[in-house]
Amino acid sequence: MQINFDNERPIFIQIAEWIEDAILAGAFPEETQIPSITEFSVNYKINPATALKGINILVEEGIVYKKRGIGMFVAAGAVKKLKEKRKEQFYDNFIRKLVDEAKRLEISKDEVINLLERGYDHEYRN
Amino acid sequence: MLGRNGAGKTTLLNIITNRIFPDTGEVLIDGIPVKENDDALKKVYMMSENNFYPAGMKIKEIYRWTKEFYPDFDTEYANKLADMFELSLNKTVKSLSTGYNSIFKIIIALSVNTPYVFLDEPVLGLDANHRDMFYRLLLEKYSESPSTYVLSTHLIEEVSNVIEHIIILKKGKIIKDESREDLMSYGYAVSGKVSLVDEFIIDKNVIGIDSIGGLKSAYIMGQVPKGNLPEGLEISKMDLQKLFIKLTDN
Repeated sequence: MQINFDNERPIFIQIAEWIEDAILAGAFPEETQIPSITEFSVNYKINPATALKGINILVEEGIVYKKRGIGMFVAAGAVKKLKEKRKEQFYDNFIRKLVDEAKRLEISKDEVINLLERGYDHEYRN
Repeated sequence: MLGRNGAGKTTLLNIITNRIFPDTGEVLIDGIPVKENDDALKKVYMMSENNFYPAGMKIKEIYRWTKEFYPDFDTEYANKLADMFELSLNKTVKSLSTGYNSIFKIIIALSVNTPYVFLDEPVLGLDANHRDMFYRLLLEKYSESPSTYVLSTHLIEEVSNVIEHIIILKKGKIIKDESREDLMSYGYAVSGKVSLVDEFIIDKNVIGIDSIGGLKSAYIMGQVPKGNLPEGLEISKMDLQKLFIKLTDN
C-alpha cells in the first residue's frame, strides 16, 4: 500500500493516520498484528524512529498495544474509539472548511444543502 | 551530511577517517584520538567516491581482504546483497560501471558491521531501482543492528524521510547540526501580495525571496507564527531541498 506523504505535516502523524485509516477500513482487524517498525520503515522508506513515533501516538490513545516479544496489535474496541475521535474532528476538518469555501464562492446555505443532498443521492445511485 | 559541491564534505570525512590530516584540531572517536590509532579506526568504515582498491582485483578478493581488516564483516550477507544487486563477484574493479563501482562499495558498507559507517555519495551512478533498494536495505540494517550511518549526498529529496539528523556544511563550516524534525519545523514560506509580505517579514529572519509578478514568497527561519495571519497571506512548509537551497545560496 502506498502513502503519499505531504510536506505540510510531520511524517509520524501521517503514519499514525494511515494506520487509523487501515483499522477503520478493516485492513487491520481488532486483535490482529500490525506491521513491525522495521516493516513500516523499509516499506515507506522512513526512519525507524519516525515510524516508532507514529505508532506510539496510537499506543498512547489505546488504539494499538504492544505484546512483549511479539509485536503491535490492534486493541479491542479500537474501531469504536477511532470513529468517536473522527466524529469529533468532523466539524473542524470538513464542516468548517466547507462553510468557509462556500462563503468565499458566495454559495448560499440553501445551495450547500442542495449539494449535500446531491452528494447523498449520488451515493445511493452507486 | 549535506553541502554544495566544494563545501568540504569529503574533506571532513577524510579527516575523520585519518586519510588526510587537519591543520588544527583533532578527531575523537568514542573519546579516543583517531590519529594513527588502529583501535579507533577499526570502529569506522568509510565508503568513498574515489577508488583505493587495486584496479585488477576481483570483488570477491576485495571482500576477503575487507574481512582481514574488519573481522565483523559478514561475508554471507555481502554475497546475498551482491546477488540482489546482480553484481558478479568475479568481476574486477576496473571492469565495473560507475553504478556498480558504487554498488560493490555500498555492499561492503552494509556488511562491515563497524559502529560508525561513513558513506560519501553512496548512490552515485545508481539507477532509480538500485537507489530504492539501497535505502530499504540501509533502513532494514539500521533497524536490526543500529550503527551510526553518515551519508553525504546531493539527492536531498530522496533521503529526506530516511534520515534522522542533518548536518549542513557551507564553505568549510557547519551551519546546521540538528534533528531533521527540528530543522524542518523551523523553516516556512509565506506568500501573497508584495506589500503584505514585505510588512509581514520586517521582524523575521528571511533566508530567501522569490517574486513573480505582484506576488512574493519569502522563506523564513523561525517558528510558524501562531494565531491569525493577515488576510491574503498564506503559509506553507518548506521541504528539505528548498530549505537547503535557501540556506546555502550565495
